[in-house]
Amino acid sequence: MSGGVEHLSRLLALVPWLRTHPGVSLDEAAAEFGVTTERLTKDLELLTVCGLPRQGPEDLIDIQYWSDGIQVLDPQTIARPLRLAPDEAVALLVGLRFLRDLPGRHDPLIVDGLIAKLQNAAGDAAAAVEQIAVSVDVASDAADAVRRSLAERRALRIDYLVPSRDEVTDRVVDPMRVVAQDGRSYLEAWCRVAEAVRLFRIDRVVSADVLDEPIAVPPEAEQRDLDDGLFRPDPDDTLVTVEVGPRGRWLTEYVPYEHVVTLDDGTLRVVLRTPDTRWIARLVLRMGGAGRIIDPPELAESVRVEATRLLAAYGDTPTP
Amino acid sequence: MSARRTERLLNLTICLMAGRRPVSKAELRQSIADYRDSVSDDAFERMFERDKDDLREMGIPLSTEHHDPLFDDEVGYRIDPRAYAMPEVEVGPDEAAVLTLAARVWQQAALAPAATAALRKIEAYTGADGGAEHADGLGVEPRVATSEPAFEPLYAAVRDRQPVRFAYRGPRDPQAVERRLEPWGVVSWHGRWYVVGHDLDRDDTRLFRLGRIEGKVSTNGRPGTVTVPAGVDPAASVRSLAPDDAPREARIRVPHAGAHSLRVLAVSVEPGAGTDLITVPFGDPWSFAADVVAAGGVVEEPDDLRDACVTHLRGVLAEEAPR
Repeated sequence: MSGGVEHLSRLLALVPWLRTHPGVSLDEAAAEFGVTTERLTKDLELLTVCGLPRQGPEDLIDIQYWSDGIQVLDPQTIARPLRLAPDEAVALLVGLRFLRDLPGRHDPLIVDGLIAKLQNAAGDAAAAVEQIAVSVDVASDAADAVRRSLAERRALRIDYLVPSRDEVTDRVVDPMRVVAQDGRSYLEAWCRVAEAVRLFRIDRVVSADVLDEPIAVPPEAEQRDLDDGLFRPDPDDTLVTVEVGPRGRWLTEYVPYEHVVTLDDGTLRVVLRTPDTRWIARLVLRMGGAGRIIDPPELAESVRVEATRLLAAYGDTPTP
Repeated sequence: MSARRTERLLNLTICLMAGRRPVSKAELRQSIADYRDSVSDDAFERMFERDKDDLREMGIPLSTEHHDPLFDDEVGYRIDPRAYAMPEVEVGPDEAAVLTLAARVWQQAALAPAATAALRKIEAYTGADGGAEHADGLGVEPRVATSEPAFEPLYAAVRDRQPVRFAYRGPRDPQAVERRLEPWGVVSWHGRWYVVGHDLDRDDTRLFRLGRIEGKVSTNGRPGTVTVPAGVDPAASVRSLAPDDAPREARIRVPHAGAHSLRVLAVSVEPGAGTDLITVPFGDPWSFAADVVAAGGVVEEPDDLRDACVTHLRGVLAEEAPR
């Protein structure tokens, strides 16, 4: 959108909104529209000199703003909001569809009702919504238990798979909320074993039981601020260097890394941080030669040892 | 852009909506200050054309009508207030909270401004405050990222039904190759965006991961020229286009206290001394071999899976051999 059209867009949205929020202050209105109070004041001034051609006082938009807030006295035909643009309809509808499949305290029936209302209100503008989707990948049994525990405010016992340590751990958690980043859902909960807030991937919850006791999240538990992303590296983590050839490129799409360098022969040298190196060892085993660990040497050796052991089980000794 | 231009556009909008009959160009020229003050007919025409384009670009239904078709009269302009306005929507507090969440999905992503604008239009009817605190209490925080640079142009191409071309580097390609696509949809799956559509060079349905597109996505034809076949469900297409052989069962020996990522998939377990023998369904032997090796399992049968694991392990050792 060009600047002028964006400005007009805001004004056309402002008048209807102010009408149903009478008495709102300049600061609140400015915050709602994401502009400075100065900008909003100029917008109101502009509005009050616009209206019908004769431009007598009765033909102009009439907005008053005093200390007790903004009042729209005469909106001059622009009292109602402009119909939804395709992007606007799509954004909300795709968001609603994504939400419908996620566990949480919201009622899926309410979501369905809203989808219907919005499609009705959007008309043709919603046509493109069939062409964009966010898939949710949630194991249904675990999701149901999470949903119930949040709805009934009761604690949850889970069997949780930690692939990097190849363990299934049994723990009681106090659910706080579900976080869905793209297609993956996570349960953010107070873990009574770790005595800390943890993020559990719902598709790794092997089984879950809703307990009788209530959720008891201690006051010191803090929700994660998601603006930094779900996972933050720690300076105490181990630095690992891995080199990958063309078949191993997917590594850079799969893990967050510190930096990557392309070598002369097209090999990628990737440096990443991790608190637990075992999962990298498994990842390299998974790569089947498409990548190898350069550093630390003990980790590279552990991969060799494991691969040799497994080959021996097949009656195969590797050529030296 | 100048406040003056915004004023003029706003006055034009109000004027065209207020009239019960279409307004002629001559009347507009008299009524709107900037048109009146135009230095020439030409200057006025150009300004007026641009203004009409701007309003239509915003989705304002500016129509051109004839006063009286019999007399091939002057053309008149009008904005029908019922076509202009969003239909009234009623939203209760529970619904307002859910809508706020739905808009939040796009926070920090490409459609965030559109989501906010939509929410605000609805709030213009309901007067609700979006129920932000109420939304927080719903116990779910959904987000989608659109960090791939290709997302915006591809989303626009899908929305506008326009063909595209782009350089694409597949997982095994040493270099990017130009592809031409009639895009049908974009889908976020397992955290990554994909575009699905008709590949013009392969003459077949294809799927592309946006993260593997290199450089710009260019349009390759006019908007509205792509026909999406009836019944295409982009999300289902993405799931089905992933390779998937008919499932067979493998018997795998696993240590007692390990290989949990395989155990959770097992349909049966035969306990043994030191190790257990588990039966696990699988599709493609090559990708499953990677899973088995990474979990520390040893395959007893079938043979092709066994061979795949051996090859896989030899590959690891060849690569790990000190240089």
